[in-house]
Amino acid sequence: MSLSKRQRANLLRYFVYAATLIALALLIFIVDWSKLSNAMFKWRIIKEQFPDILTKAARNTLIFTFFGFIGGLGLGLILALMRLSKVRPYRWFAATYIEVLRGIPLLVTLLILGFGVPIATGWTWPNMYVQGAAPLALVAAAYIAETIRAGIEAVPRGQMEAARSLGMSYSRAMITVIIPQAFRIILPPLTNEFVLLIKDTSLISVLGVTEGTRDLAQFGRDGVGKFANATPLVVAGLVYLILTLPLTQLVAYMERKAKRVRR
Amino acid sequence: MSDVVVQLTELRKSFGANEVLRGINLEVKRGEVVCIIGPSGSGKSTLLRCVNMLETPTSGTVAVGGIELTDPDCDLDAARTSLGMVFQQFNLFPHMTAMENVTVALRKVLKRSRSEAELIAGEQLARVGLSEKALSYPAQLSGGQQQRVAIARALAMGPSVMLFDEATSALDPELVGDVLAVMRSLAEEGMTMLVVTHEMGFARNVADRVIFMDEGVIMEQGKPADVLGNPSVDRTKKFLASVLGTH
Ligand SMILES: Nc1ncnc2c1ncn2[C@@H]1O[C@H](COP(=O)(O)OP(=O)(O)O)[C@@H](O)[C@H]1O
Ligand SMILES: [Mg+2]
Repeated sequence: MSLSKRQRANLLRYFVYAATLIALALLIFIVDWSKLSNAMFKWRIIKEQFPDILTKAARNTLIFTFFGFIGGLGLGLILALMRLSKVRPYRWFAATYIEVLRGIPLLVTLLILGFGVPIATGWTWPNMYVQGAAPLALVAAAYIAETIRAGIEAVPRGQMEAARSLGMSYSRAMITVIIPQAFRIILPPLTNEFVLLIKDTSLISVLGVTEGTRDLAQFGRDGVGKFANATPLVVAGLVYLILTLPLTQLVAYMERKAKRVRR
Repeated sequence: MSDVVVQLTELRKSFGANEVLRGINLEVKRGEVVCIIGPSGSGKSTLLRCVNMLETPTSGTVAVGGIELTDPDCDLDAARTSLGMVFQQFNLFPHMTAMENVTVALRKVLKRSRSEAELIAGEQLARVGLSEKALSYPAQLSGGQQQRVAIARALAMGPSVMLFDEATSALDPELVGDVLAVMRSLAEEGMTMLVVTHEMGFARNVADRVIFMDEGVIMEQGKPADVLGNPSVDRTKKFLASVLGTH
């Protein structure tokens, strides 16, 4: 008795289903649910998180994200244009910048810029928001530059030629013809970049944020210390999801739409 | 003021070791319609692209309206406003309406006001028969309509010469006629035109002069009836036989 390929695939599928069910059943029996919910979903503590977790912590997370993104977008655009420039030193600079900042963990860059530079130079950051958002922007710029460059390269060559043949200068053609099309192309990856940035702001607290500039992650950690309970972290995680899920869904929608148009 | 609008002298262009244009001499007079025919890869597009300096010639000179474009001090952006170019792939700006496609260079390059630019664009869109499509985006237009918008876009700049690079080659056969009709009426209005085409009917009926190019040189040129009807060079005969089918 031999099974066909399709039969074997079906058998494997049933086996995976069965194994999953057994694992879930074991989980339900083994885990002490009352203890778990006591440690992670305590209603009294959940209520205590509000409204500060939204009006202060989420607000700070969004401030860090927003300035990190705007700065990263502006610098990223300049780096992308340098990367595509005819001037070789520009290309070298941009390529080096991008490779270096993408190759070092954000945590390390944050510490170097946030602590190392002030120690080395005596210069101090004007405030916590700048100290946190500026390194974030510098790193985001490296990633965004590559995204923008890919977008610019995806615009057909004939667009630049048509613009130039109408008498536009290179920079005029870039601004009015190429970059608007490039941004349409890269809207989904750019939104993904924004989502990554929302999550990356959770590292800023290593710089020792103050009460007023606490972001979501730090707010959650402080809550853990205060209540000796994990619930504040779970709530913080949920607030991150509330921020990121609509955006990732938007990206999925844009990608589906782009796929339809291309057909 | 000279009667010669375009003057190419000993024009050469190489891509690496591949010499694509090998010493082209060509004068186009005001109001003249010159059709360039020849096999694929013979350098027709490169020649046209050298005229508005989308390709930089390796040697030789290009002069348009007495201005030498190959002079390193030449302001190419300004010079290109008097050279209208129509591409095989239309190259309309997809994020702009037909109207915006036609007005954008008027406003950003020639610094016309919006109302002035829209007035000119309206006239040019009417000229190509697309007034009612002014607010359509390229994706909403047929290939033939897109190409006519592209022609209107070039005409709006008030060029002294129009360059057409196989303007109808990317079109479905039933859409070719509309575009050729626009080109023909342009010719009849006295526009100076340099037209790379595979439309032998257009060359025969509209051109003042037909040029046969092969392997980067002008093999033969003259009145359409002579070059197309009674070619003196073997290569031309072979090419025409392959294009028109054997007689
Ligand atoms: N940008 C380029 N780089 C390298 N080779 C090119 C380039 N453009 C054209 N060529 C070459 O030049 C030759 C002539 O091309 P082209 O002018 O497009 O011919 P035609 O328009 O007559 O078909 C071809 O062999 C083509 O491969
Ligand atoms: Mg060609």
